[in-house]
Amino acid sequence: MSAQLRKPSTDVQKDASMAKQKAMIDSNFDRLGNVKNSGEKVSYTFVPGNLNELIMCFDMVGNYPEINAIQNGLRKKSGGLIMEAEKWGHSEDVCTYVKADIGMMRKGNIGPTGQPIPEPDILMLSYTGCYTFLKWFELLRHEYKCETAMLHVPYTGDGVITKAMTDYVVKQLKEEVIPKYEKVSGVKFDIDRLRENLAYSAKAEDDFVWVLESAKHKPSPIDAYFGGIYYIGPIFTAFRGTELAVDYYKTLRAEIEERIRKGQGPITPEGEMKNEKYRIVTEGPPNYTSMREFWKMFYDEGAVVVASTYTKVGGTYDFGFRHDPSRPLESLAEYCMHCYTNRNLPERTRMLESYINDFEADGLLINSIKSCNSFAAGELMMMREVEKRTGKPAAFVETDLVDPRYFSAANVKNRLESYFQMIDQKRRAGV
Amino acid sequence: MATREEIIDRCQALYDDLSFTAAREWKDAKKGRHVIGFMPMYVPREIIHAAGMLPLGILGGGDQLEVIQGDAYYQSYICRIPRSTIELLLTDRLDFVDGMLFPSICDVIRNLSGMWKLLRPDVYSHYFDVPQNYMKEVGGEFYMHELNVLRHDLEKIGGVTITEDNLRNSIAVYNESRRLTRELYKFRSDKPWLAPSSEVYLINRAGMLIPVEDHNQLIKDYIEAASAEDRPKRDNSRVVISGSFCEQPPLNLIKSIEMSGCYVVDDDYMLVNRWFTKEVPTDGDPIQALSYTFLEASVKMPSCFEPNEDIKGLFLVDTVKENNAEGVIFAATSFCDPALLERPILQDVLNDADIPHISFKYAENTGQMQPIREQAGTFADSIKLWS
Repeated sequence: MSAQLRKPSTDVQKDASMAKQKAMIDSNFDRLGNVKNSGEKVSYTFVPGNLNELIMCFDMVGNYPEINAIQNGLRKKSGGLIMEAEKWGHSEDVCTYVKADIGMMRKGNIGPTGQPIPEPDILMLSYTGCYTFLKWFELLRHEYKCETAMLHVPYTGDGVITKAMTDYVVKQLKEEVIPKYEKVSGVKFDIDRLRENLAYSAKAEDDFVWVLESAKHKPSPIDAYFGGIYYIGPIFTAFRGTELAVDYYKTLRAEIEERIRKGQGPITPEGEMKNEKYRIVTEGPPNYTSMREFWKMFYDEGAVVVASTYTKVGGTYDFGFRHDPSRPLESLAEYCMHCYTNRNLPERTRMLESYINDFEADGLLINSIKSCNSFAAGELMMMREVEKRTGKPAAFVETDLVDPRYFSAANVKNRLESYFQMIDQKRRAGV
Repeated sequence: MATREEIIDRCQALYDDLSFTAAREWKDAKKGRHVIGFMPMYVPREIIHAAGMLPLGILGGGDQLEVIQGDAYYQSYICRIPRSTIELLLTDRLDFVDGMLFPSICDVIRNLSGMWKLLRPDVYSHYFDVPQNYMKEVGGEFYMHELNVLRHDLEKIGGVTITEDNLRNSIAVYNESRRLTRELYKFRSDKPWLAPSSEVYLINRAGMLIPVEDHNQLIKDYIEAASAEDRPKRDNSRVVISGSFCEQPPLNLIKSIEMSGCYVVDDDYMLVNRWFTKEVPTDGDPIQALSYTFLEASVKMPSCFEPNEDIKGLFLVDTVKENNAEGVIFAATSFCDPALLERPILQDVLNDADIPHISFKYAENTGQMQPIREQAGTFADSIKLWS
């Protein structure tokens, strides 16, 4: 069902997988922009807890408002959109993803690639690990007056997924989500089709995890944060559960295997990073409005991110979870509950601790996002804990996802430089 | 019977006491007693009560607590209630609390549950999830399971068995509490000059801190004492406060709104005191009764999903009509996701119903009241002049 892939731009140095990834993401925008001709129905949904394998069973095309916001951020368009939403009464205090989306809608819903984003036929409100999702789609429903399927994914407050939690999500899939999709799409649900999609997911997930784990090599062949953002694109969005995603991760894996064989570091916008000086673990999303500038602050200093929690926001596959065709609905339920921000703080802290140890990192950097309480509330506590448990230094910078007003390059750079000096001092002291 | 002043003085003392002396004394009065703290929005206090324990509402530190350590745990763009609550914890003001419940009000309070686990691993803390699916066989079943998890956890803490009769008895006591709270609100709405908002707030707030039976009597005594007085009626505008359901406004802010020419005839402070709009059945399975009543008769508020777009936000229009209010003041805490994300929808709904509204933000330690007084005063005047 996917559209033809477009040629990516070549203004910065990218490896083949990055180009392929960009073409895939663009193709989904093409598909969205073409629904008037294709007649496809449109489903909006979120990245964490997305049910792409299920949505594909109804021949629907997925629109991901977070991705639109990110893409608008990368293209320096989000600032104006956010201010447009604020003009309409949205508070300066709340999530800028939401405001970028509302602003885009108010300005005619032209997507980041310049193509129109169609109105939703259904809003799939997968309430997974982020309270704002709930309000976000209530706001969109208020505008579009369309069908909304709510999936309440219980938070793993006690650090475990119980049978009752899984049963609850499965029941919602059966009683709420699937019937609404059947109604809106006119397509009868076929569980075998879902199984087939899930099998593709599992294959891609194996290679995706291999890619993430490759950063254990020295030098790391990947940057698991800035580069990782490219790697998560297909599996976190409209391509999980497709053969295209399987192919993409195979290509990516082969590329990284080759890089490991050659002892190469990650590819940055300015080419291969040759001198790995610092191995960093990051917590929190990146800033998208000044992403190149932010990344440059790392690779100029020889800092590579070897593991990041942001690349787990759409699934913590590296801790063993795989979609399972033999338990299709249960598997979707467990997937949702495994997403990073649906995990409690002690679990998140344990993850960071294990990344520091397993990836032999020099320390932890938290990029705290002004408009994302789901990530940010408690990060200072996590930072203390990780420092205490690992003995490695941690640093804290504050930016925003897509609001350019909250990216202060000089401040961030100062802090990063100090942090890298601190790592040097610790090394000299033998810590 | 105590006079109105004596009742309010007692409530003020409870409100001012950041060491929770009343709850400590209750605990110390008998060996084996336990206190379970809970954060704003809703927890099933009936289960805590049925275990013979005291539910204790932790609503932050207000404007009298100097937050020093708590600030080190939060970025500047996060509301104040979690930082002052951490301050209460780290300064041992909550050292007598045997467990903490964190309802699913927002991501900040949700994550605070994890911080509690890290800071006090030896103290029971639990994120208390409520269903966002309102089908009995789906959300209802899940919620019954959650209620039973809490029940069994409390049984372990207290070394007790919570029987169905215990639960039914506690449900009856809290039904009475909710009935009396609604009566108090109706009394204020009918005769706001006899029941100033600041007094009603203090009465309500005392319900977070003392046993429910005492509080029930307190409400009765207040209504009786306040009814008997003759206080001057002012030409104030009648307003509803919306958006203050979690971090509480300082008492001076509540007074300031009234002093500026507004009679507050409804609000959403401490919704837990009147969460259900009807009685919970006291026959049959009590856990099922609590679950189904939650699904069918919870108050409308931003942390709960509204499945029906056609009625989204209309609760506020209904509140305005039922209380003969003339306008709505949106008073939300800075950085409060639920209140601030919901606000544009509610404003649309009010605009459609031709109900005037204003909005401002506050923090629990807001000290400068003049801007708020001016804004609320202008609103009150505009209602009188042009509505």
